[in-house]
Amino acid sequence: MTKPESFITNGIRIDGRKPEEIRPITIEVGVLDRADGSCYIEHGLNKVLAAVYGPREVHPRHMQKPTTAIVRFRYNMASFSVEERKRPGPDRRSVEVSKVSREALEPVIFTEYFPKSSIDVFVEVLQADAGTRTVGINAASVALADAGIPMRGLVSACAVGKVDGELVLDLMKEEDNYGEADMPLAMTQTGEITLLQMDGNLTPEEFEKAIEMAQEGCKRIYEIQRNALIERYKRDIETEEEPLETPEEEPVEVETVVENEAEEETSEEVESE
Amino acid sequence: MSEKQRIVIPGDLVSRDPARRGDGTYVRDGSLYASLYGLVNEREKIRVVPLSGKYVPTRRDVVVGFVKEVTFSNWIVDIGSPYEGLLHVSEYPRRIELDEMSAHLGIGEAVLVEVKEVDPMMKVELTMRDRRLRVIRSGRIVEISPSKVPRLIGHGGSMISLIKGASDCSIVVGQNGRVWINGKGCDEGLAAEAIDKIESESHIPGLTDRLGRFFEETKNDADLNESDSEEEVVVESGEEAGKGNNIIDELLE
Repeated sequence: MTKPESFITNGIRIDGRKPEEIRPITIEVGVLDRADGSCYIEHGLNKVLAAVYGPREVHPRHMQKPTTAIVRFRYNMASFSVEERKRPGPDRRSVEVSKVSREALEPVIFTEYFPKSSIDVFVEVLQADAGTRTVGINAASVALADAGIPMRGLVSACAVGKVDGELVLDLMKEEDNYGEADMPLAMTQTGEITLLQMDGNLTPEEFEKAIEMAQEGCKRIYEIQRNALIERYKRDIETEEEPLETPEEEPVEVETVVENEAEEETSEEVESE
Repeated sequence: MSEKQRIVIPGDLVSRDPARRGDGTYVRDGSLYASLYGLVNEREKIRVVPLSGKYVPTRRDVVVGFVKEVTFSNWIVDIGSPYEGLLHVSEYPRRIELDEMSAHLGIGEAVLVEVKEVDPMMKVELTMRDRRLRVIRSGRIVEISPSKVPRLIGHGGSMISLIKGASDCSIVVGQNGRVWINGKGCDEGLAAEAIDKIESESHIPGLTDRLGRFFEETKNDADLNESDSEEEVVVESGEEAGKGNNIIDELLE
């Protein structure tokens, strides 16, 4: 990957987006059978899988809290998720990302409902293309809802950055690597900011503007998260509400069963004879 | 279930009236919001019925547990929840010497128990001192999501009696989602299949009708199989309809 000559030409970014546009997102809920809740997100070229277990018993025991559940968050990048093979296992960066992500999600979870237990969140980055911590938080938040864990609301996260002196929403790889600033932000649906980090430099004015842009992005992502959760069951409910099930075969079969039971049997008898 | 069901996610507004707060909701700024991912149930109180989630024990729940450990005077029972249950020797139906605990109820055995007490520290005390509670030594146990238990039982037990009627089994539904199917010469497989069907389709309206049809179909399939394989049996079953159940049993085996 090399540095592009310019990031923005005629107001269009290198992947064809406008400065305040987010990448396309697809969310799939409940992809893992073993987990209590799970979610797979593709966010641009990012591919992230999240799994939630719990509330469950805490191991090791000494970590448990007598009055609330503890939340544990493990962010991990697959060794094949980036161009140059990443040495597997936790490192300084992933420990930090895990910590801030956990703190981004904790405020919305009703941990007091499950004393002495733990809620474990695992986020695996399968393919990385900038902004994986925000994608991880989005995935984890949907997976938590899917696990049936009581929450005040969802958490959505989105990054803003600066390239060519201009603020852009939801950085992609090139913009992240060669840009001037990167600022991930996570917020609850009521607008409380639960994660805010920054590397690079922004002027105070730019910073204010960046927060606004990120909040806009989070709202859009929230709608996508919400839709994914609703659609998962809505499809079932609606198709079944119309003429019950496959209209061609089954109703006929049912009728014969109910009304012509005696007849059917006699006809079979005739056949066998 | 003809009314249209509304799916909500955590944080969705369910009502402006906080006085109608039911399970699965919370109050923020004088309004009622969902705290769970599930379906809204509006009666006097507004509840959100979750689509998934773990079992949290409450007093007087009847649950099916597995013995995990035998300690000095307690059996530690896995009740399918984040919290383990404690069954004290004195709560066993009969008087037992401490050193004979394992002989009466060993590790891995299943028990039908009642939750006697849950304290704020989530210490769960169990009891077997009731006639319907016992060590489970026959039949089979199937597991469903605890959030589906109310659907499996149905209004006033309607759903479960449908399955009981069709399969001829005795069925005990634990609040923790473990279901004990038992009975001499009954169709355990059919009951288990029906319970499975309820778990995977409980959020879709018209469940009772579909289940009724499911039983009709399996009955019918069995009849058809008979006519394919053994012609004589068909004649017999035509004459004595009452024998139908036994024949299905034979075919499934």
